[in-house]
Amino acid sequence: MSAIAVLAALGGNTPSIPAPHIEYGRLSPMLVVFGAAVAGILVEAFVPRRHRYWTQVPLALAGLAGAFVAVVVLAAQGRAPHLELLAMESVAMDGPALFLQGVILLVAVVAVLTYAERRLEPKAGGLPADAFAAQGAATPGGEQERAAVRAGFTTTEVFPLTMFAVGGMLLFPAANDLLTMFVALEVFSLPLYLLCALARRRRLLSQEAAVKYFLLGSFASAFFLFGTALLYGYAGSVKLGDIADVVSGKAMSTPAQLSSTQSDVLLLTGLGLLAVGLLFKVAAVPFHAWTPDVYQGAPTPVTGFMAAATKVAAFGALLRLFYVAFPGLKLDWRPVMWGVAILTMVVGAVLAVTQQDVKRLLAYSSIAHAGFILTGVIALDRQGVSSVLFYLAAYSFVTLGAFAVVTLVRDSKGEATHLSSWAGLGRRSPLVAGVFALFLLAFAGIPLTSGFTGKFAVFQAAAAGGATPLVVVGVLSSAVAAFFYIRVIVLMFFSDPQPGGPTVAIPSAFTATAIGVGVLVTLGLGLLPQYFLELASKASLFAY
Amino acid sequence: MNPVNYLYLAALLFTIGAAGVLVRRNAIVLFMCVELMLNASNLALVTFSRLHGTLDGQVIAFFTMVVAAAEVVVGLAIIVSIFRTRHSASVDDSNLMKL
Repeated sequence: MSAIAVLAALGGNTPSIPAPHIEYGRLSPMLVVFGAAVAGILVEAFVPRRHRYWTQVPLALAGLAGAFVAVVVLAAQGRAPHLELLAMESVAMDGPALFLQGVILLVAVVAVLTYAERRLEPKAGGLPADAFAAQGAATPGGEQERAAVRAGFTTTEVFPLTMFAVGGMLLFPAANDLLTMFVALEVFSLPLYLLCALARRRRLLSQEAAVKYFLLGSFASAFFLFGTALLYGYAGSVKLGDIADVVSGKAMSTPAQLSSTQSDVLLLTGLGLLAVGLLFKVAAVPFHAWTPDVYQGAPTPVTGFMAAATKVAAFGALLRLFYVAFPGLKLDWRPVMWGVAILTMVVGAVLAVTQQDVKRLLAYSSIAHAGFILTGVIALDRQGVSSVLFYLAAYSFVTLGAFAVVTLVRDSKGEATHLSSWAGLGRRSPLVAGVFALFLLAFAGIPLTSGFTGKFAVFQAAAAGGATPLVVVGVLSSAVAAFFYIRVIVLMFFSDPQPGGPTVAIPSAFTATAIGVGVLVTLGLGLLPQYFLELASKASLFAY
Repeated sequence: MNPVNYLYLAALLFTIGAAGVLVRRNAIVLFMCVELMLNASNLALVTFSRLHGTLDGQVIAFFTMVVAAAEVVVGLAIIVSIFRTRHSASVDDSNLMKL
């Protein structure tokens, strides 16, 4: 943007605008994903309907795999400022960004596998059906919808929509200025709003979830944008590094018309509004109200993707904001974040105890986990970053696996998510109930699972950072959370199955692979965490 | 006129928008209030751009407009689809899911 400033200074008489230098090769993970998304749109336009599914699924998987290879290659190239600050310093492909992008891409691969599942729903119009509405625009229960179901339509648009969301999520933790961060936020949020509305069963709930998510999400991003505007007024730039310089007093940039007291108002209000926008996305209390409704109403494969990948991307951006732009202001934001972390852990854990629906239970559990991750964010050192990175990687695969298991337990009306219908599941299907129990134990943080390693890492970082009371609250709310996870396990294994209760559907290889990956990662990060802890530790340095 | 007054106007518009989202019941009106908040941000950005003498703020305002347009596309699609289902755009009617 400095070129523009020069242009303004010269009064518009300059003959040409120098083209910005864009490092396409270093930005390739995002470009590959966006390219695959655009190709997916073209497939929707030009490929006959009956071939679309088998075109979209390989295309999405290939795009994600290609982007993951690009991330690995970039990570192997080593570190240097000119390799990390890209596109006029608006994107930082540094250690945390590459680590989180790798996690998001692997999560997205698993999520696309659960999207592609077509054996669970009964056939519609003689063709296999997936978890998504036959035609999103058709009114539920109307003639148009019946016709669409008879014709065996499926909404294959979910694949390009997901790819756009993944592209935005890749950019979000790498965004090095507030404008890029805002655009990335919208790029991954808008497709998610649409995906929420596309459930095949219980379409009213699904549409209601989409409306709630959209209205509250756009409300939160308006806060983020106003915060951006105020910080631009304070620092004269939206680059995180420039803002940090002005905060620490290395550069003076507040305009003369605004006195010094006013500039403090700009800074603190701006930071507060930005934090509201980001804390909404990570579902921290008091900005969590949307989470249970949206998680319950959205199609379950989408819920799994959203619960895992959004959290990874949003915590990446939150880390970068606090660690790159505002370390000099830690005396101001840390007490507030302490309060938010404590509230989030306690409210998430306590409200989860009262839930009767599996998806809502997992939603409240995700709120509690956001609180645990926030304790690592508050540490404000490299150990804090590496512990948060590790926790996010561990948590996202457990979440995906748990929601994939939820898609398997079904009765005649679709998924049976009420907890009472899960009673005795361990007797009907010991394997599925055992896998779900493993995920619940990982959520609870029982040793030998990834959840334990992650929780230990964030609490250790928080304690080392001087936040011992926070760790005490964290351990206590973990104990409350363990109660309701264990309650579900007891319900599954030690109570009698209801007559006429749900059955466990046999999935195709897609969902089986997704659950298998979840189990492998959960056990792998629990039994042999050392390699991944070192990887997270090596990746924990921000570039600025 | 002192350009700082435009900042007060922006803050006022933002507050009206935020209060509107909290107290109004019609999804379309809620959505318009969100748009008002985005436009208040634009006004603040342009004013700061003038105060700083750089063009960054004006460029960001263009980005905001594009984002707002994309948001309208997605938002109206969702609101229209739920309106056709329920024949009501009141957010109070969206109460199938309770705690």
